[in-house]
Amino acid sequence: MIHTRNLTRSFRVKRKKSVEAVRGLNIDIEQGELVAFLGPNGAGKSTSFRMLTTLLPPTSGTALVAGRDVQADPVAVRGRIGYLGQGNGAGRDYRVTDELLTQGRIYGLSRSEARRRSGELLESLDLGPLANREAGKLSGGQRRRLDIAIALVHRPGLLFLDEPSTGLDPQSRADVWGHIGRLHEEFDTTIFFSTHYLEEADQWAKRVLVIDQGLVIADDTPENLKANLAGDRITITVGTPEDAKNAAEIAERMEAPREVTVDGTKVTLRMSRGDAVLPEFVRALDAAGVKALTAELWRPTLDDVFLALTGRTLRESELEDDQADTSDWQGA
Amino acid sequence: MRRLVTDTGIAFTREITPELRYPTTIVLSMMTPLIFLGLFGPLLTGVPGLEVGLPGASPWQWFLPGIVVLLALTGTAGAGAGLLNESLSGSFERLLVTPMNRLAMLLGRTLKEIVTLNAQALLLILILLPTDFRLYFLGTLVGLVMLSVFAVGIGALSFTLAAVSKSQTVFYGVQQMTNFPLVLLSGVLLPMDVAPGWLHTISRFNPATYLVEAERALFVGDFGDSSVLYGAIASVGIAAVGLYLGGRAMTRVTL
Ligand SMILES: Nc1ncnc2c1ncn2[C@@H]1O[C@H](COP(=O)(O)OP(=O)(O)O)[C@@H](O)[C@H]1O
Ligand SMILES: [Mg+2]
Repeated sequence: MIHTRNLTRSFRVKRKKSVEAVRGLNIDIEQGELVAFLGPNGAGKSTSFRMLTTLLPPTSGTALVAGRDVQADPVAVRGRIGYLGQGNGAGRDYRVTDELLTQGRIYGLSRSEARRRSGELLESLDLGPLANREAGKLSGGQRRRLDIAIALVHRPGLLFLDEPSTGLDPQSRADVWGHIGRLHEEFDTTIFFSTHYLEEADQWAKRVLVIDQGLVIADDTPENLKANLAGDRITITVGTPEDAKNAAEIAERMEAPREVTVDGTKVTLRMSRGDAVLPEFVRALDAAGVKALTAELWRPTLDDVFLALTGRTLRESELEDDQADTSDWQGA
Repeated sequence: MRRLVTDTGIAFTREITPELRYPTTIVLSMMTPLIFLGLFGPLLTGVPGLEVGLPGASPWQWFLPGIVVLLALTGTAGAGAGLLNESLSGSFERLLVTPMNRLAMLLGRTLKEIVTLNAQALLLILILLPTDFRLYFLGTLVGLVMLSVFAVGIGALSFTLAAVSKSQTVFYGVQQMTNFPLVLLSGVLLPMDVAPGWLHTISRFNPATYLVEAERALFVGDFGDSSVLYGAIASVGIAAVGLYLGGRAMTRVTL
């Protein structure tokens, strides 16, 4: 569905300064996948999406989207994809139904087909009572649902969602994700969404591409990323430093741990599948007569994956970006 | 080609629908010309140099054609503001990702501006009908057609500016800078004949000047006046330039 080779894009910001927003993207996404594009603000997610959706010509490289080259045949690509931009898709001064009808007509539906389709979408996205309201008078969550409805009018097989839930309250976020999940399940729609919320990538994506400073730095299922790049952690406390030393020796003899550290009466083990290791470890301690006072299993989030990959947490990256971002460019 | 025609229709329908729902916006957006008509018009009685048509004709006969051109220069020339808002908010981007014909996006929007402009012009004529203003039907009709051609150019140029400027500051800055002299030096409010020589010379480089003179002739049914020809040339010229630049801007626009 999506195949890119060395796709890059730079922007000239001052006379001699340019920003390399995307530096060599190689992505392969197949029919029916649900993929997250995870990275901090300014990582290059939107710029990548704009190239893939024909809004922005690449500086170099190639991209095939839904079987067509974005530069050679942009119109064919546009006919085959749906796109939810980072801004407001529906115009402020237009009524909800009118925008849906316009979109239907653009994709070649007859007036009556367009009306039927917009009725369906109003219902399935819970917008029915708002049909005659101007888009500018909707709440954030309602407006986002309308934008999604607009992107779905022509039943695209491939959907790009740029930060579909950013700026929404938790209830609306859950709502929006319910709809997106259903779309993927029921119609086998290929979905590529960007987010800087790790929980969102973790919970909804079947595959996560981590992007930082214009490069994809990891690509796997959320489970594998966490197991391979961050790992679980078991921490136990014992009564005396003596016991701690014994416990550490026992841990070293076990197969699983990658790393064992002792800090006073505290022993920490790093490994994958901590849930299976913990009971085994406690039994081994018992058998050796070492009494564990507390035991704690800690499982990683994608933030730990990001930390392992870049040495920074996602949240730190966001702050950096805010400070670095002196231009008044609005990522509309 | 069929795509161009249907998409122009779709774009036009999208733009005209809110206006048809709230027709008062048509009146609200013509406040400047209305104020000039109401407050400035009465001052003109007895000002020399305003005679057009028959001796002793109403000063409205001179004033209205200028005001009609002013409608285009204040209203149609600002049409890009709507597109600019859409491009900053994200809805223009949404349309650009659809297979909609790019030139049709320009034509549909421009067409809507033309309809608005003509509705406003007709409204002004209706307002003046009870006065001593005399309506020359055929001349007025041709005058409105010429005005529409001119407005196609002005509207398209405004959309071009919106598509390339990407910020309110740039758009309104350039718009004011070009629009203000265009209005002042066109003789819509005062006759350029009484201006000092240098000002008069500058005004001869303003296409709107020729349009205003042509409208004044047409609104009294004087088809034979040479200004009609010059006005037609100026209008077609502006339309051609506007459509060329606008079409180019739309096909190449990136956000
Ligand atoms: N039109 C533009 N002009 C200049 N710089 C841009 C433009 N668009 C994006 N950038 C820069 O490119 C980088 C990537 O931006 P973007 O793709 O929007 O990131 P993300 O969507 O991941 O937050 C940022 O540093 C941003 O400031
Ligand atoms: Mg973005």
